[in-house]
Amino acid sequence: VTRIDRSRLPEVSADPRFTFPAIVRHRLRNGLRVCSVEHHSVPVITFILQVDSGSGADPDQLEGLAALVADMADEGTGTLSALEVSDALSRIGADYDVDVGGDATEFSLTTLTRFASRGASLLADMVTRPRLMESDFARVRQLRLDRLRQLKDVASAVAEQTFLRLVYGPHPYAHLAIGTDAGLRRVTPDDVVAFHARAFESSRATLIVCGAMRHEDLLKQAEDAFGGWASSGADAIGRLASEVEPIGTPVTRLAVVEREAAAQSELRIGHLSTRRVTPEYPALLVMNAVLGGQFVSRVNLKLREEKGYTYGARTSFDWRRGISPFALQTSVHTASTADAIADSLTEIADVRGTRPPTAEEMSLAKASLTRGYPRGFETAQQVARSVAMMSLYGLPDTYFEEFVPKVNAVTNADVVDAAARYLDPLRLTTLIVGDYSAISESLRSLNLGDPQLHPAAF
Amino acid sequence: MTSVAIDLPFTKRTLGNGLDVIVHEDRHIPIVAVNVWYHVGSKNERPGRTGFAHLFEHLMFEGSEHYNAGYFPPLQQAGALLNGSTNADRTNYWEVVPTSAIDRALWMESDRMGFLLPALTRERFETQRDVVLNERRQSYENRPYGMVMMALSAALYPADHPYSWMTIGSAEDIRAMQLEDVQEFFRTYYHPANASLVLAGDLDTERAFDLAEAYFGEIPTGIRPKAVVNGAELLVEQRLVLEDRVELPRIYLAWHSPAMFAGGDAEMDLLGDLLANGKTSRLYKTLVYDLRMALDVSGYQSSREIGSFFLLVATAAPGHTLTEVAARIDDELRRVVTEGPTVDEIDRAVAQAEAHFMYRLQTVGGFGGKSDQLNAYNVLQGNPGFFAADLERYRHATRESLQAAARAYLPLDRRVVISVIPRRQHALALEGSTAVSVS
Repeated sequence: VTRIDRSRLPEVSADPRFTFPAIVRHRLRNGLRVCSVEHHSVPVITFILQVDSGSGADPDQLEGLAALVADMADEGTGTLSALEVSDALSRIGADYDVDVGGDATEFSLTTLTRFASRGASLLADMVTRPRLMESDFARVRQLRLDRLRQLKDVASAVAEQTFLRLVYGPHPYAHLAIGTDAGLRRVTPDDVVAFHARAFESSRATLIVCGAMRHEDLLKQAEDAFGGWASSGADAIGRLASEVEPIGTPVTRLAVVEREAAAQSELRIGHLSTRRVTPEYPALLVMNAVLGGQFVSRVNLKLREEKGYTYGARTSFDWRRGISPFALQTSVHTASTADAIADSLTEIADVRGTRPPTAEEMSLAKASLTRGYPRGFETAQQVARSVAMMSLYGLPDTYFEEFVPKVNAVTNADVVDAAARYLDPLRLTTLIVGDYSAISESLRSLNLGDPQLHPAAF
Repeated sequence: MTSVAIDLPFTKRTLGNGLDVIVHEDRHIPIVAVNVWYHVGSKNERPGRTGFAHLFEHLMFEGSEHYNAGYFPPLQQAGALLNGSTNADRTNYWEVVPTSAIDRALWMESDRMGFLLPALTRERFETQRDVVLNERRQSYENRPYGMVMMALSAALYPADHPYSWMTIGSAEDIRAMQLEDVQEFFRTYYHPANASLVLAGDLDTERAFDLAEAYFGEIPTGIRPKAVVNGAELLVEQRLVLEDRVELPRIYLAWHSPAMFAGGDAEMDLLGDLLANGKTSRLYKTLVYDLRMALDVSGYQSSREIGSFFLLVATAAPGHTLTEVAARIDDELRRVVTEGPTVDEIDRAVAQAEAHFMYRLQTVGGFGGKSDQLNAYNVLQGNPGFFAADLERYRHATRESLQAAARAYLPLDRRVVISVIPRRQHALALEGSTAVSVS
């Protein structure tokens, strides 16, 4: 064995070939779209049923309804009580999860392939034939109200909810899925039944089936379990959140939610940007990687590795079908609050042109986005989630193959253009959830005007 | 229920310098997982120096002699995902890289094992000390119920027992750390004889061993540190009350329980499931579903190398007291001790365990991936091939063995019970609780 050379790093050889999974599309007679993907590493199968209503479909004044309805799916179905459903899921070792997003709700169930048909039929029962009983409703709503009450003490949750409200103004996207105390209290059992009847419509839903079976067997699982789901022909609920134009924020501002004697200040700095389907998505992805999307990004290197203000800082787009927020988020030592905000604002402003990405930063951002891409296709659940994402945003089947070349084609000028267009230092909302009395003096140095004090937005 | 044959095959060899190398082939995706465990954690610290092992983990990402800059950029340039973590018993580091970047990952990982200290400056050390203090503020001090596990650890173990402090350490100790202490720590614990390397994924076994020898073979061996031995026993029920920035009171009940992989450990794990995991579990059904007395219930066996603890947690629903909740929990504990669980409950818990063993075979890298599991079995059990035997422990559990475990390890009169209450509302705590504060 020869000793290795420590005078220089080994080069990375050519990227290995990777074949992205093929998606086969079907449509059942009731209009349900089915996407099947074979995945043969381990005898495991994942089903994701995507319903095209999320928290953005909450009726005005009833914030939290969509998530409450989704939560009630496993509270009893046609023949099974809530406890029997839970028992049945345990017996097949099912990993069941519900994700309520702004535009869609996804019910996912992963189980061993030998339990595939049992898993599929349980999922179908829960989604299409939930009991929605009044007594279960009262219990589940109370649990969610109590949880909301607890969230008031969680600085990051307070920051998330308040930030959405500030950047969207009055808008269907302006709240987290769990909703608000007032909204949940107004919900009635009839609202739950009505919402389910309209939102859970086979012809507007998509089922993704991914696992260790051939396409025709995956399709058979889908047909057997979901073929009997009758289409009601109901129209989508009201106006789609993604089509409601937000008013947005005209000027920069500073907002504070008081958290007495807090050890840290939870920060959100951002504004609304654009839609997930923008053609500039690859440029924004690279821009975000340089600015705050990875460990070696400018924001994290500055705030964590150089200054030691925080355990970590990052930037991200909270993507939706409609206009989506961009935000820098971090939690910093109370004494460093103003300094951390000043550094953050500088980084956001500079990437727009004063300090465009260097060749090295561009190369690092692209490499980390593209070379690691195949890693996201290791488990059935990962693959199913990727396909669900494509379905949500209406992306083409060629999306996986095109991702790497599209990111690699992004130029330095593309990034600066995208940053100049979608980052605007003059419109940033800076939100602090922290100990106001300890920091109020230092905030003046930021020249962001007088801070507006807000209650926790629950 | 039919048994599924599930296994995690591997090859293990030990290099001349004492480094264990374990290889597992999985060619589904063109990625390779590199996973290194050092058999050192916060249990190797001593009072006054707590938080050391974890701070040290941060320094492993700051550069080493031959690549004297951040650890992340050359690996992210190669498309890697990477991270590390520290707990009471071990510190792990991992990269998942495209097959094309295996050399680079091994070069970087071996350089910090063999050549860290020349790159370790006072400035880097001091910055990471601040980062860790902020991690402590974010994950513990500024989080509801965030400090209770510190109070619990201190109550479960005597002050000289290394499980009496948490891995994050005390803020005072972290501030007092010196660069010289760090250097000594590295020499004692970070060498091949105290480490274990797993390569898993898209590579040939023989080539993997050649690579391991090439990159790690030259690193000088060290003296394997002596195992930490320390016993602890609870003789009474200790009731404590902790104030916190919370809306609703919550109760924590904790017992000593068998060490990881010791007899009774799997039983306690299953008891955690059937008492407090999921809607059909006994405590959830009673407290949350039927009586609506609690907002949530959780419970688990926290398995550790020299002694575990078993924990039950419940948050009182508005209008209900911790006293009511605790009384119901005790009723259920008495019932499981006198009657044992039903066969049906055990079947369900074992079915879940079996499925989860299968799910654990889905990823080669990262926390909990196959490479991490092989290292866990090798370092903590001395046998990387323990996967199948581990599952057998669950399949062999019986009504009698679960009942015996509950009787032996969940006595109502020898445990720690902590009431966490909203500020200045001591009346909400269990009767006879002593105030405790942690910082």
